[in-house]
Amino acid sequence: MQRIIKNNEIVDETWHLLPKDFNIDELTNCDDYIVPLQLWRDHSRMLKARDGGLGVWLDADEEAEEIGEDANEFQVIALNFPAFTDGRNYSNARLLRDRYGFKGELRAIGDVLRDQLFYLHRCGFDAFAIRPDKDPYEALESLKDFSVTYQAATDEPLPLFRRR
Amino acid sequence: MYVYDEYDQRIIEDRVKQFRDQTRRYLAGELSEEEFRPLRLQNGLYIQRFAPMLRVAVPYGQLTSRQTRMMAKIARDYDKGYAHISTRQNVQFNWPALEDIPDILAELATVQMHAIQTSGNCLRNVTTDQFAGVAADELVDPRPWCEIVRQWTTFHPEFAYLPRKFKIAINGSVSDRAAIEVHDIGLEPVRNEAGELGFRVLVGGGLGRTPVVGAFINEFLPWQDLLSYLDAILRVYNRYGRRDNKYKARIKILVKALTPEVFAEKVEAEMAHLRGGATTLTEAELHRVAKHFVDPQYKALNDFDKELAELDQAHPGFARWRTRNVRAHKKPGYAAVTLSLKPTGVAPGDVTDKQLDAIADLADRYSFGQLRTSHEQNVILADVEQSQLHALWLELRENGFATPNIGLLTDIICCPGGDFCSLANAKSIPIAESIQRRFDDLDYLFDIGELDLNISGCMNACGHHHVGHIGILGVDKKGEEFYQVSLGGSASRDASLGKILGPSFAQDAMPDVIEKLIDVYVEQRTEDERFIDTYQRIGIDPFKERVYAANN
Ligand code: HEM
Ligand code: SF4
Repeated sequence: MQRIIKNNEIVDETWHLLPKDFNIDELTNCDDYIVPLQLWRDHSRMLKARDGGLGVWLDADEEAEEIGEDANEFQVIALNFPAFTDGRNYSNARLLRDRYGFKGELRAIGDVLRDQLFYLHRCGFDAFAIRPDKDPYEALESLKDFSVTYQAATDEPLPLFRRR
Repeated sequence: MYVYDEYDQRIIEDRVKQFRDQTRRYLAGELSEEEFRPLRLQNGLYIQRFAPMLRVAVPYGQLTSRQTRMMAKIARDYDKGYAHISTRQNVQFNWPALEDIPDILAELATVQMHAIQTSGNCLRNVTTDQFAGVAADELVDPRPWCEIVRQWTTFHPEFAYLPRKFKIAINGSVSDRAAIEVHDIGLEPVRNEAGELGFRVLVGGGLGRTPVVGAFINEFLPWQDLLSYLDAILRVYNRYGRRDNKYKARIKILVKALTPEVFAEKVEAEMAHLRGGATTLTEAELHRVAKHFVDPQYKALNDFDKELAELDQAHPGFARWRTRNVRAHKKPGYAAVTLSLKPTGVAPGDVTDKQLDAIADLADRYSFGQLRTSHEQNVILADVEQSQLHALWLELRENGFATPNIGLLTDIICCPGGDFCSLANAKSIPIAESIQRRFDDLDYLFDIGELDLNISGCMNACGHHHVGHIGILGVDKKGEEFYQVSLGGSASRDASLGKILGPSFAQDAMPDVIEKLIDVYVEQRTEDERFIDTYQRIGIDPFKERVYAANN
């Protein structure tokens, strides 16, 4: 079972991340699922009616606006990094948190590595599915990389110039 | 000059620790080459032909003598005794060992310096006019704005993994010496009719493979909104800039594809959410930063015109140097002096450790302990008393900085090219040298007058060849090094891109080609016309005919 970082701790994964080509008929009633955006678009009523937990995931080329005001329908929103150098989902994260007021778990999935964690956390991610070949305990260390930050972001709503 | 407080200092010290650990993990095999690459690039570390190259940030070109001595020390202790001033006002070291980089960064941090975001697909070092704060034609001092933007760019969490690199330049004068129109974002502080301060904002300029002069998308952005507006532009770019093809990933391609009008609308839509938020700049912050850039303790002096004219009479060399390398200053009795790093036979922009120490010493004695680097790869002492100019000139001559060629044909902007760079199609430094040798007659050089000659070793355009009045580009022709010539580029206000003259030339033909171009200009010019003016009047054909004429 994969372990993920959540709120600065390592926990066991309990959610099922469904691939884009998942067949809706295979869904069970009670499991916790993170569904691809298209599945949510096509079957939102049915997904909401289930008893299990509901999350959604966005790929890097999908837009936070497509979830928009629905954000808080989800316990988890996962944003995918096809490569750790693809920065689009940093912006989606900030939109979900700052603009749409998403309060649930915001999880980074895909090519998620230690050296990006500090920035991801600043943009509102509070959960990280570190790439399986990397040690999540070591990755946790990087959340402490910097003790001062200049800009306002999701983790710190005031820029340094309003705090110094 | 901005001085760090404990916060600024902690940030760069945290970075040293972080990069030391990243380097350790890379050397221990815990980080793959591919994983380490963006990390080292965001710390100015390229792996190139012979050794890593470390690019140290010189924020908007400002250095203290103490920092300059540190550059000398690093050149001596970790490199082969020299450094290189880059076309983005930074300092580059061509031979450090990877293992030493964390120690170099630790040394830099002791003098409030770093290599943060000097390469990689991120927000880069902000650049400006090398005469900021002292220029006679300045409207607004851009330096406080540069520092405010620098802090905003530093480890911006949302924009650390952009589609491509991102460069911001700020100009505050009547002339644009910062080439803002060929930057991803160009900013120009201006005042409206009510006397309020704001910015003209340009986006989508750039050189490289697809050179573009950018478009102004906002004629007056209130200064309080500056950082929010930058957030908005960068957010649009981060989300919609192309990531499938690195040659189409710069913001200029996005702006072109959308049109500047539509791009501006998207930025405005984003601003509707951001305007008035916590990132809105405060007067308190502006003052906190601006007080670092108040005038030094200038004396009340008069201009020294008569005495200088007499000195000119006595020393023609001094007179020549004064016309080219000394500029008017906003304060009576002062002048700004450019130290030429372009003597013939030295790679443009190269300085030795001894020269760096000498520059620091001169800055202490003649210019309040401060100096600047320029994107033309020279060094400036900005606050010299006119009565000291002669003494300074004598010392500059001894140190090899007095070549009176600023703005002339031999003040060549040149990238490292095939001698150092693994991406090069062709060498560039030897071309610069052969042209400098051909035009080593000072009277002739002066007679030719103002001329920007820029050389790049490949289409990445590190030497800004597109915006040279004469541009030279190294190209590869069946494995041999050739050079393509373009005419009519300009990086100043109303920037323009050069037009290709025709088929490319072999290396040894280059001095002749340049000489023929100059001959056409000298024959055709009217009084007081610069090369670029004549070119704009008569067009490219007369030049083409001369250079490609069958019988010469
Ligand atoms: C020797 C190692 C170097 C390498 C491998 C290198 C690589 C590159 C590459 C790949 C680009 C093109 C990026 C693009 O257009 O998107 C570029 C652009 C540029 N480089 Fe370098 N470069 C090197 C050295 C330098 C030096 C020494 C300077 C300054 C003298 C410099 C200044 C620039 C500038 C100003 C641009 C930007 C052009 C623009 O605005 O698009 N580079 N470089
Ligand atoms: S222009 Fe080309 S050859 Fe010159 S430094 Fe840049 S990448 Fe290298």
